[in-house]
Formats: sequence, structure tokens, C-alpha cells
Amino acid sequence: MPELRELTYAEALREGLRQLMAEDERVFLIGEDIGVYGGAFGVTAGLLDQFGAERVIDTPISEAGIAGACIGAALTGMRPVGEIQFMDFVTLSMEQLVLQAAKVRFMFGGKASVPMVLRMPGGSGTGAAAQHSESLENWFVHVPGLKVVMPSTPYDAKGLIRAAVADNNPVIFVEHKLLYKTKGHVPEAPYSVPLSQTQIVREGTHLTVVATSIMVSRALQAAEQLADEGIQLEVIDPRTLKPLDDAPIIESVKKTGRALVVHEAVEMGGFGGEVVARIAASEAFDYLEAPIRRLAGLDIPIPYNRELEYHTVPQVESIVREARKLVKGEY
Amino acid sequence: MMQLSQDLIQRYHDVIESLGPEALKEMLQAMHLIRAFEERAEQLYMLGKVHGTMHLSIGQEATAIGAANAMQDGDYLLNHHRGHGHCMAWGSDPNRMMAEFMGRETGYCRGRGGSMHIADVDSNNLGANGIVAGGIPIAVGVGLSIKMRRTNQVCLVIFGDGAANEGAFHEALNMASIWALPIVFLCENNQYAMSMPVEKAFNIENISQRAAAYGLPGITVDGNDPLAVYSAVSEAAARARRGEGASLVEAKTYRYKGHSKSDKQAYRSREEVRDWQDNRDPILRFANLLVLAGVITEAEAATMRDQAIATIDEAVEFSENSPEPSVADILDGVYA
Repeated sequence: MPELRELTYAEALREGLRQLMAEDERVFLIGEDIGVYGGAFGVTAGLLDQFGAERVIDTPISEAGIAGACIGAALTGMRPVGEIQFMDFVTLSMEQLVLQAAKVRFMFGGKASVPMVLRMPGGSGTGAAAQHSESLENWFVHVPGLKVVMPSTPYDAKGLIRAAVADNNPVIFVEHKLLYKTKGHVPEAPYSVPLSQTQIVREGTHLTVVATSIMVSRALQAAEQLADEGIQLEVIDPRTLKPLDDAPIIESVKKTGRALVVHEAVEMGGFGGEVVARIAASEAFDYLEAPIRRLAGLDIPIPYNRELEYHTVPQVESIVREARKLVKGEY
Repeated sequence: MMQLSQDLIQRYHDVIESLGPEALKEMLQAMHLIRAFEERAEQLYMLGKVHGTMHLSIGQEATAIGAANAMQDGDYLLNHHRGHGHCMAWGSDPNRMMAEFMGRETGYCRGRGGSMHIADVDSNNLGANGIVAGGIPIAVGVGLSIKMRRTNQVCLVIFGDGAANEGAFHEALNMASIWALPIVFLCENNQYAMSMPVEKAFNIENISQRAAAYGLPGITVDGNDPLAVYSAVSEAAARARRGEGASLVEAKTYRYKGHSKSDKQAYRSREEVRDWQDNRDPILRFANLLVLAGVITEAEAATMRDQAIATIDEAVEFSENSPEPSVADILDGVYA
């Protein structure tokens, strides 16, 4: 059998963007240092040479301006893909995203659409400390009118960026810094991974683990370790956080009777609360054999020190520990 | 007053000639229509027939009319929440505007937007914005899109003096300048950002001075003179259409009414308001000018207000006979 073609997460995104731009003149990229520099994490490297400065637009350090530029262009027939260099900096774009992009269609009686994508890398693990490591996805989940996507693999990154650009709504596309260099199978031909399609990544019988972004791979590693002990985790990746396809999660919990939600963002007010609430309010409630638990970031800013940073967010060991406790009834 | 108008005729000889009598007459009629709309809006609120708030631009009609008439079919408009006049000047249907104000299904936004968010996307009116300066960065995107689509359109974005002190203004004017975008930034300086007077909020005489910081041309005009606004915006739009980029036009005007319905106006004197009403009212002044220039007769001038009121009567009737939105449709329009 021939080896499957592998790309990194960053390369998969780039290939997806390149194919979209080649097919559709309306698609353009805009952000800080995305041209000659190739983006702070290299995602857009080489695209300036291929498509020129009019379609790979380097901006001043103006995050509200970047978001506004995407909105205005989207309202008038273009398909902008903006980049916010670090997810933390999206705080400077919030008014445009929350009060403009998300609301204009509804406010105008359904007569306008804002088909834009705003990419941004979140997450800790690079020693970038408190202002370059945030996981703010749930802020956007709370806003009607936005969609929120969080790919966890190179395959999904390429397929979801295509679906996000094709979508006629503003999509917040949350990448993860530590995933950019991870490799996985990525077909060369264009393909879409539909939005709002939750995926069962690994089947298991003892515990449903709902994980997002980098926590998917950590949950899979935990599942490998626990398999040696005879514990089978079912790992589920929502991929799109909003609108959430919760049916596979509920079905899974009906099967396993146990659920653990894992994400990097702080637990308080995080996405996990929504997942737990949906499970608890569903028919899966009658099947529960253990409390539904969350494993998430500590309620602190991300520290600089390597050891402190490591212990701020869930790791493979902590997922193993928490999963084992739930399955063995040691909670 | 008469002397001032004679001077204006001299000054605006060319623009009066180029616009022609029909257009001039329509401009005055439209100014009456804006005022009649807003006076009725206030009255409907007092009668308890309107649910929300409103921001009236009574006294600022010349800026809206001068600017809109300087633009062409296919151009884009973005404005902010003192925007009834801008929409009406852009050619919006008074019936559908009033229906929106009254929260009816037949309104421009099916009653979902209300006074602060009237938009008519079909005529490239991309809507009024409830956030001060919220539409200014969006104009940058519209300008980029025009440039990439290689059309000959221009985007007019109208905002107040308060907006010029938001960070979004700075980011947007800089981006528009470095990319030579076809945008006319029109700052409607009505002297107060809610209660904050421009003298306290700026340490410069004219907001248009800020254009220099971005490498843009900036000009300040009398915002109560529709022909002054028309001339400045025409020139800025022509420059944009030639591919030479954006401009900042400041129109100095004055709002007669409070910021919104809750305003007790403790920050200014009645005398100050009366002075603007008596001596600088844009409608009176423009009517005088057109009579003096022989464009309309005094008798015609006298009937224009009544015509406007009749149109608004019809708009109210249309709205009152229009259905309320159905609760069954409450989820409509969040996602495309």
C-alpha cells in the first residue's frame, strides 16, 4: 500500500487557502505580517508570491481595522479571510465582531450577509505567557450570529477552512499554536469538512471524552494508555463549537454512561459547561453511571515558567487520571 | 439673512448652475421631508406609539442632503445612529422608514432594527450603526472591495464628532490612506457627543485637521449649507473615483433636540439652541437662497413643508396599517 500523503496542520491550512484563492477571485487574505513574513506561524508563507499584494494584504497593527475590513468586504461581495496574529489580540477586534459582524444580518431584517472567516491561533505551551496564550473561543460561542470552528488535525484544518470560507456567515476559526507542526494525512484534492458535524474520533465503551483542539490528541494518547488497563475511551471532537452538533455526544453518553469534557480554556464559563448541560438535559441523563466531569484550564492567566504553564492546562496524565477515576467510580 | 444669501448666490453660482433648478428644489423638499419625519417621530414617541429610543437630526438636514446628492447610483452609504436624515437623503421610502421606526414587519429591517439600524441593502445603504464609529472600519472593507472588484463606486461614511475620538477612526483613516481607498469620511460635527462639547473633547479647532496626520486631504465646511456640503463631498468623491483615495470632510452643524429621548440638555443653554434655530436654520436659509436665486417662488416655498407633512401622514398611516412581526418568525435572520 502506498504511504498516505502527510502535511502539517499549517501546511494543510495553507493548501486549503491556496486552493480557495485559485478557484475564487473573491477570496483574499488580510492580516498582520501575512505577506513577506508569511504569518507569525508561517501559515500564509508563499501565498504573497503566488497571488500578489492585492490578495494577500499586510495591514498595520490595527485589529479593529482588520475585522472591519473583512466585514465591509464581505458585505459587498468578497470572501475575506482575516488573520489575527494571536487569539489574545482579538480583544482589540471585539466590537467589530460582536456588535457588527454577528448582528448586521439580523438587525437589517435578514437582508445582508457577512461571509467572512477570521483565523486566529489560541493556546498555551510555547512560553508566550499571559498575553499570547489565551483560549477565548467560548466568548464567541456566546454570540448569536457567529460560528466557531476549532480544527484539531491537519485533515480537518484543510477541510474546515474550505467549509468556513464557503459559509455565508462570520466564522471564527480557532487554530492552535502547538498543532501547527503536527502531521497527519491530508489528501491533495480539495475537500470540505462540513461545519457543525461532530466526529467520533475513537470508539470506546467505558467513558465519553469530548475534547477540543489540542485536547483531542491528548485525549487520544490518554485513551492508548488506558486501553492497556482495559479501559476504553470514546473520544469525540465537536470540531464546530457553534452551532453545535450535540447528537453524537448524547448518543455516545447513552452508550458509555459516563462523560468527561476536556478543553484548554479556563473551566469557569468555558465550553465544557455547555456540553455538560446538554448531556444533563438530554435523554442520556437516564443512562449516567457517574457524575459528568470537566477537565479544563485553571482559572488563572497563563504563567511564563515552563512547569507552571504545563500544570495550568490539561495534559495526557491528567486526562488519564480523571478518566480512570470516573470509570472506576473513584470520584 | 438676505445679505448672507446674496453672498451665497455669488459663491455658489457654479454649483447652482450645475445642479439646476429641479435638483435644487428636490433638495429643499427632501430637507423638509427629513424634518417632517423626525418631528413626527418625536410626536409618535410622546403619544406612546413607539417603543424604543431615537436620535433626532433636526437642524442637521443640510449635511445629509448635501452629501447624498454628491454621490452617484451604485455608491455605498454607511452611517450612524442619528441617521434618519442620511437614509432619507439616500432615497429611502418614507413608508418603509416609518414602518421600521414603528417596529412593523413592512419596515426596512422587518421591525428588527428600529430607529438606530435602518438599512436598505438593495440601494447600497449598508445601514446605520448604533455604535459610535462602528461603521468606520467597515467602510475600509467596502473601499477595499470596490478596489478589488475594479468598479467605479465610492463609499460615503457619515459619523459624528464623537466618533472621531474613537480608536476605530484612527485605524480606519490610516488604512484608507495607505491603500488609497475610494472613501469619503464625512464627520457631521453637531457640537456635542451626547453632553460632551467639542471644545472639551478636542484640543484642535477643526476635526478635519486630523486628516493631515493620515496623509489625507481634510476640509471643514458649513454643515448647515447644503451646497457647501455638496461641493466638498462632490470633490472628495471625484477624487476617490479618480483613484486618488480617501478624504475627510467635516461639516459643522447643530442638533436642536437632545441626544436621545432621555436628554434634559443641562449642558447647553436655551439661548444657544435658539440662536442656531433663528439665525442658521438650514431649511430657512436654503429656502431663502432658492427664492433669491429665482429657483422657486415664495409661494412654492410656503407649500413645501405641507407637502412633506402630507407624505409623512401617509407613511404613518401605512405603518399603522402594517402588521407587527410575528413571534413565530423570531429566529429569522440570525444566520444566512
